[in-house]
Amino acid sequence: MLRHFDRDIEHLKELLLRMGAMVEEQIHESIRALLERDSDGAQKVIDADSEIDRMELEIDQHTISLIAMMQPAAVDLRFVAAAMKITPELERIADLAVDVCERAIELNAEPPLKPLVDIPRLARMAQDMVRQSLDAFVRRDTALARAVIARDDEVDLLTEQSFRELLTYMLEDSRNISRAIRLTFVGKYFERMADGATNICEMVVYLAEGKVIKHSGGVHDTD
Amino acid sequence: MRKFKSNLIITLCGAAVLLALVPLAMILFYVISQGFSALNLAFFTELPKPVGEVGGGMANAIAGTLILIAIAALIAVPVGVLSGVHLAEFKGTRFSSAVRFSADVLNGVPSIVIGIFAYGLLVLPLRRFSALAGGVALAIIMIPVVARTTEELLRLVPGGLKEAALALGATRARAMFTVILPAALPGILTGILVALARVAGETAPLLFTAFNNRFFSTNVTQPIGSLTVQIFTYAISPYDDWHRQAWAGALVLVAMILSLSIIARLVTRRLERMSRG
Amino acid sequence: MGDTKITVRDFDFYYGTNKVLHGITLDIPKNRVTALIGPSGCGKSTFLRSINRMNDIIPGVHVEGKILVDDQDVYASRVDVVSLRRRVGMVFQKSNPFPKSIYDNVAYGLRINGLRDRRKLDEAVERSLQRAALWEEVKDRLKDSALALSGGQQQRLCIARALAVDPEVLLMDEPASALDPIATQKIEELVYELKNNYTIVIVTHNMQQAARVSDRTAFFMLGKLVEYDDTRTIFMNPSVKMTEDYITGRFG
Repeated sequence: MLRHFDRDIEHLKELLLRMGAMVEEQIHESIRALLERDSDGAQKVIDADSEIDRMELEIDQHTISLIAMMQPAAVDLRFVAAAMKITPELERIADLAVDVCERAIELNAEPPLKPLVDIPRLARMAQDMVRQSLDAFVRRDTALARAVIARDDEVDLLTEQSFRELLTYMLEDSRNISRAIRLTFVGKYFERMADGATNICEMVVYLAEGKVIKHSGGVHDTD
Repeated sequence: MRKFKSNLIITLCGAAVLLALVPLAMILFYVISQGFSALNLAFFTELPKPVGEVGGGMANAIAGTLILIAIAALIAVPVGVLSGVHLAEFKGTRFSSAVRFSADVLNGVPSIVIGIFAYGLLVLPLRRFSALAGGVALAIIMIPVVARTTEELLRLVPGGLKEAALALGATRARAMFTVILPAALPGILTGILVALARVAGETAPLLFTAFNNRFFSTNVTQPIGSLTVQIFTYAISPYDDWHRQAWAGALVLVAMILSLSIIARLVTRRLERMSRG
Repeated sequence: MGDTKITVRDFDFYYGTNKVLHGITLDIPKNRVTALIGPSGCGKSTFLRSINRMNDIIPGVHVEGKILVDDQDVYASRVDVVSLRRRVGMVFQKSNPFPKSIYDNVAYGLRINGLRDRRKLDEAVERSLQRAALWEEVKDRLKDSALALSGGQQQRLCIARALAVDPEVLLMDEPASALDPIATQKIEELVYELKNNYTIVIVTHNMQQAARVSDRTAFFMLGKLVEYDDTRTIFMNPSVKMTEDYITGRFG
């Protein structure tokens, strides 16, 4: 017998996935707009952000209402708690995509500084991690979640590398500074997207195993 | 010390019970030992022989007793049960209190007085003794017992059943007769059978209503024999043979009453088992 | 949200000279579940039983104000209480199946309405037991005594019995309070399904149950209706402080 409560949980999951799909789309479009220097595309991403904000509010209402009305317990409670924490992460990731697009529009006003190598790699890594974190959530796949968390170190290294390269451009010629700084910001934004993805994965482990692994160094938690 | 006192009390209680059972045991012993020897087929099938002749039986008396309690039941059961129904449904009214009080008083009236009443009511106007008058007398004795038993048992039925019936759209009458009364039926039947057993053993009221009849009769407008009156008649007679037959009659009477009680128990248990599932 | 099935206006209820309900006014929506909550003795059960006039059997009872079922005042002088109770059914706190067979229990209401056709009775009994989610468990032993069922099954039988006469409204007076958690959950699921076809009013002392199961909730206190709103509002953000104190358990 399907509890009518289970339908509500399914609905919540659907809403979360829909929001996740939209956020992934935003990331994808922001990368494209950056690399192809498409200011119109960038503007579209900025405009679409309000829809994501709306979804965050809708899911918030839904989760609180679920707690008040259904008194979920055990795995159901952890699911609702996880949903409440994942939603703002997704919204922040979407805001970061907007930030990338704002910098892209500014960069398009000047000629390109250099062929972009590290930043696209960084961007794809962040995009992959966000997508994988949502997959892990849907499938409650803790192995995948832990793998994503492990990649964060790689992302940090790449960001550092990109920054050092841009630093040399800044030191070379003071006319490069504004573009280099904007590109540094862009790198930072993607790095923070990756952080968001790891937060989501920590939530997935909590949901599936009831284990809280955040603030503990992630992969190195003891059993 | 406390334990000793407790055991002492328990022993005394046990002794009191035994004391109470002794008369019953003695009666049974006497009746069985004296009456058994006089029992034979003739006792159940033959009519009393004329004075002086040996032999014969009490066939008419046995049949008479059965007919009398049948008449009594026919009158007392509907009247008694319906009275009980009224008392249970309308328990607060002044009328019910009056009825209840009257029933309790009637219960205490000596059976011979009831007999005289039936004499005045049915024997004098019709100018003859009759089985009908005897049956009526016995019915009057039964009615208060049946009514009060019915009332008590109806009250014991959980109130939730009545509520459920009413909530389904039954009128109070419907609820009573389709739900509450059937639920109380095992107990009510027991009460009726116990009352019947009691009146089967009555003698005094029959003396001036049904009187006696040496012959076999099923006519309710004629006098009719009964075990109790027959036993009385034979016991105070000077004939040994009749004394023997009186014992036998007593034995049959006790057996009949015992059977009624046992049937009451069996029927109740059967009905209760059916409704309990 | 749907139209109104039961309209209550300024309803007062007296036991003798003791006023137990004060000016109750609310609209109960059709084909929804309305829960009545409140501390013991607040009058919610009394109010519930007033809707199908079950309080009539108590002597000394006196009412003022109106309760309308589909615009028909149930306390009007020409009202036939018997037919009212066929339209407005009731399930009680302590399950009270008749000491008869399962079949006879469910068929009771139909039989007193004059239905004799064996085939129609069979169909109606099966339909009612299906609606009460009990058919699968008892279909092979309809002739067995109803008292042989477990507590939860007995209560579902009582629900089937009430549904058999096809009422429009189902009043439930703490239907699960005597049951274990599994049986309670089955009853709650049942109520959730039933609301598609029946208007349900349920009294419960279990607030979480009211939250899980109902669409509208009315909070009663000392015979007065303190707040009546969507269940979501009552449990997330009630307007009256007394309601919030009760919901949060901060009651004295």
